Amino acid sequence: MEKSVPAKERLIKSKNSRMNGEARGRMLVTASALIMIFATVAITIFLGSKGLQTFTKNGISPIEFITSTKWDPTNAESPLYGAFPFIFGSFAVTFLSALVAAPLGIGGAIFMTEIAPSWGRKVLQPVIELLVGIPSVVYGFIGLSVLVPFIRENVGGLGFSLLTGTIVLSIMILPTVTSIATDAMASLPTALREGSLALGATRWQTIRKVLIPAASPTLLTAVVLGMARAFGEALAVQMVIGNVRTLPSSIIDASATLTTIITLNMGHTTYGSIENNTLWSMGLLLLIMSFAFILVIRYLSARRKI
Amino acid sequence: MKNAKKISLLLILAALMVFSAACGGTSNTADPGTNGSSNTDTNGTATEKLSGSLVISGSSAMQPLVAAAAEEFMAKNPDVDVQVNAGGSGTGLSQVAEGSVDIGNSDVFAEEKEGIPADELVDHKVAVVGMAAAVNPNVGINDISKEDLIKVFTGEITNWKDLGGKDQKIVLVNRPDSSGTRATFVKYALDDKTPAEGVTEDSSNTVKKIISETEGAIGYLAFSYFTDDSVTPLSVDGVEPTDENVQKGKFPIWAYQHSYTKGEPNALAKAFIDYMMSDEIQTTLVKDQGYIPGSKMEVERDAQGNMK
Repeated sequence: MEKSVPAKERLIKSKNSRMNGEARGRMLVTASALIMIFATVAITIFLGSKGLQTFTKNGISPIEFITSTKWDPTNAESPLYGAFPFIFGSFAVTFLSALVAAPLGIGGAIFMTEIAPSWGRKVLQPVIELLVGIPSVVYGFIGLSVLVPFIRENVGGLGFSLLTGTIVLSIMILPTVTSIATDAMASLPTALREGSLALGATRWQTIRKVLIPAASPTLLTAVVLGMARAFGEALAVQMVIGNVRTLPSSIIDASATLTTIITLNMGHTTYGSIENNTLWSMGLLLLIMSFAFILVIRYLSARRKI
Repeated sequence: MKNAKKISLLLILAALMVFSAACGGTSNTADPGTNGSSNTDTNGTATEKLSGSLVISGSSAMQPLVAAAAEEFMAKNPDVDVQVNAGGSGTGLSQVAEGSVDIGNSDVFAEEKEGIPADELVDHKVAVVGMAAAVNPNVGINDISKEDLIKVFTGEITNWKDLGGKDQKIVLVNRPDSSGTRATFVKYALDDKTPAEGVTEDSSNTVKKIISETEGAIGYLAFSYFTDDSVTPLSVDGVEPTDENVQKGKFPIWAYQHSYTKGEPNALAKAFIDYMMSDEIQTTLVKDQGYIPGSKMEVERDAQGNMK
């Protein structure tokens, strides 16, 4: 069969078909990329135009919006639009949960890669994957049913508090931190470990003085990614944080975050009203913050040496 | 090979179309009800042939009632497709005003919401919902004067023992600022006084759970949530929160459940609203779901809250 077709044509044909495949593949992936870029740009433009209306159309001062602590949008005589308590709440739960999740996650990663690579990984890996798979509403519901009464009885306050939100969020971001930290530790060259051990360092000295510093940019990236997730989480936090409009004065006080105020109020407000616009502005703030998180991650990855 | 190329092109085109359709969102559902055909007749529950589709959105509190009615309506009219979405009163009003749904449900008057052209919308009051302040059963009171209720919610009274109850700190459970339940409660129970800060939750079930589990908690719920002893509804000035007292105008905390249409409803929407208001639904579903039939009301109210 093959011999009946002259070599010249065969070659041309095969070249043709290869070119076709090339073009097709190229087209497919370019289209995917374009759709992704288009979606991101469209969301940014939409959120920007919606979120800025509060300041351009409704004449609320951006400074007041970000710094004022008084939030009373439904007051008929003098509505107040100060979102600072929610901005503060968002940052508070984010940093506090990172503070809890970072040592736990990095510790778990070291355990999995350095201390007990064989069985540690076998046990911890599925646990972490399971944690990722639990929907956030379930975290919230467990928080509401178990954690809130526990905090109320053992720590004090109402149970609905920054502390409860922090605990729920820490567990939620733990898998993110742990899995990226594990990859970071596992990707360190063996030569580092061997070199350090050969110089007479103990296992712990090797981990502390050699491995952690070497992996630190990626470990930080893991923490920042976890924080980005915590910052954007709405449902689980809403169920346990209490959603009050005042600034919390202690960790067992109820609080609110940008995301919880948006989810609580969005459905009740009418499109184009000031209330609705201020919620979009909060959304815009969240977007700006996630850009900031991405910038931090980029900066950290650029520092990575190994 | 040519074929494969065409298919891939098609796929990409299809993906783009799905994407742009998703972006366009509401535009292609602009008036799904216009293909509803029926003989123009005031009797919507009659057996004339109805067909087409109806999109309803709005108040999540009303969603179970309207969805249940829609199910029965579809059973009676097999050619009709009724879709009931819940998204909140604000969403319902916005969507009906811009014409993207046929009926928008709301638990507040359209006039009370900013940015809604209320004069373009036609109000159909399908039911009435009564609300009452609810307390944790352990606080030890079940009657409160309106004055004291206002003091409790504005934070002037902070311990139940001042009202003859147990020595427990008062814990407020609020609704979000823009919620219809909150607006109704603030207007008719608190005389427009702004409630003090407290735990804020949107869902009535969560509010009920919090009140029943937290010592000294007080919040407000629709009558339909007083099904067991886990929370105690408070009488106001000795008037018990019952359907009869609301119907007679004695108990002040109640609100209409509105179904709004843009202009006069088309045939299908009209048939559905008439069905909702028919005795068949009003005496069964409406009552079963804990609402008060609009037809039984002896008093009326306008958007400003004036009784008639």
